[in-house]
Amino acid sequence: MTYELEKIKTLWDIPKEEHLVGGHSLCAGCTAATIVRHLLKVAGKNTIVVNATGCVEVSTTSFPYTAWRVPWLHVAFENAGAVASGVESAINALKIKGEIPVEKEINVIAIAGDGGSFDIGFQALSGLMERGHKVMFVIYDNEAYMNTGIQRSGATPFAAWTTTTPVTRRIRGEWRNKKDMFDIAIAHGIDYAATANPAYPVDMDSKFQKGLSKDGPSLVHVIMPCTTGWRFEPKYGITIAKLATETAVWVNMEYDVGNFSVTVPVKKRKHVREYLKLQGRYSHLSETEIELIQEQIDRKVEEINKRAGKEVIGPLEA
Amino acid sequence: MKELKSWKDYPLGGAVYDPGSTLDIDVSGWRNERPQIDQEKCIRCRICWVFCPDAAIIEEEKTYTTKTGKTFKLTYSIDYAHCKGCGICANECPVKAIKMIPEVE
Repeated sequence: MTYELEKIKTLWDIPKEEHLVGGHSLCAGCTAATIVRHLLKVAGKNTIVVNATGCVEVSTTSFPYTAWRVPWLHVAFENAGAVASGVESAINALKIKGEIPVEKEINVIAIAGDGGSFDIGFQALSGLMERGHKVMFVIYDNEAYMNTGIQRSGATPFAAWTTTTPVTRRIRGEWRNKKDMFDIAIAHGIDYAATANPAYPVDMDSKFQKGLSKDGPSLVHVIMPCTTGWRFEPKYGITIAKLATETAVWVNMEYDVGNFSVTVPVKKRKHVREYLKLQGRYSHLSETEIELIQEQIDRKVEEINKRAGKEVIGPLEA
Repeated sequence: MKELKSWKDYPLGGAVYDPGSTLDIDVSGWRNERPQIDQEKCIRCRICWVFCPDAAIIEEEKTYTTKTGKTFKLTYSIDYAHCKGCGICANECPVKAIKMIPEVE
């Protein structure tokens, strides 16, 4: 597959064109818009976007306006994967019939939140990956159903407050762990899966680029700090995203046809407290609970280091 | 007086034929604080432009010479009609060249 855009290595390689314009009604400081902006910059104008219901869908396309400059469609919460598969198949059919030149490259991208991919959209996503359509699926993961009022989802991490996992005398936030979408995607036998972080835009954009260059399905899972649901001031969106990687709560990984790598190594990681204390959804945590979360992360880091074959995520800062 | 459109005037299926039409919407009313770029301090690192969720930082190829005689090829300014005043630019700026000024004193 040829791909005309040069590899993104610095901030200055990021294309200037905007395909998601301002004026949309996402919250002030919503990092989802940063993610989608970069995604479309990388993908360019020959792109069809299929958007599952979620924050990005409802707030960028309040009828009769649209913030998108590329063909965009929305059908329902659960079927972003299925619709994207259909769009891709239709393009192939039109190419066979000679309606579209065979060499024309059209990117098909499905965008969904964690609800539209971890829970409700899961079977359509699973089907898309298993059938091998040439579609890139991008998950912006804000770790709950933020659009409808902060209900928990399969992506809500341990101990986080949401309106359906409240902090009461008997329960103290979410008591289950986050689903591991990265490994689920790899288990489907797809060529490319990655996790990305908007605070590392060069890394994120090069992952989008790689995902689009693949001939089959690819999945990029992006963390998205949510000012409304995570309970922090809008200006800290990128700071918190950066802390997520620095504390190893979020590890920027990549799986490229059999090769696993960590793309943003951390020499010395910070204590998870630094990440938790900025967010209101964790404000109920006691010192023992924070230590418990730290233990979980230590275990995860050990696992990742073993998988990568070397120490990519360093020890805790003293 | 502008006449209200009826449902018959809209295209079938809720299609919108005007890409990027939210540019007509002014969201400046969302703001509590307004960012202001100090052109003297700005080092043109592009970070604010990269992180802005609303594409409200404008990158222009306009030459600017600072008082100390340094010349930059780029100039960054703010699209105040689409800035929601989240403050990410000011918070991420490595040289603190962006200040948040309250809209109402």
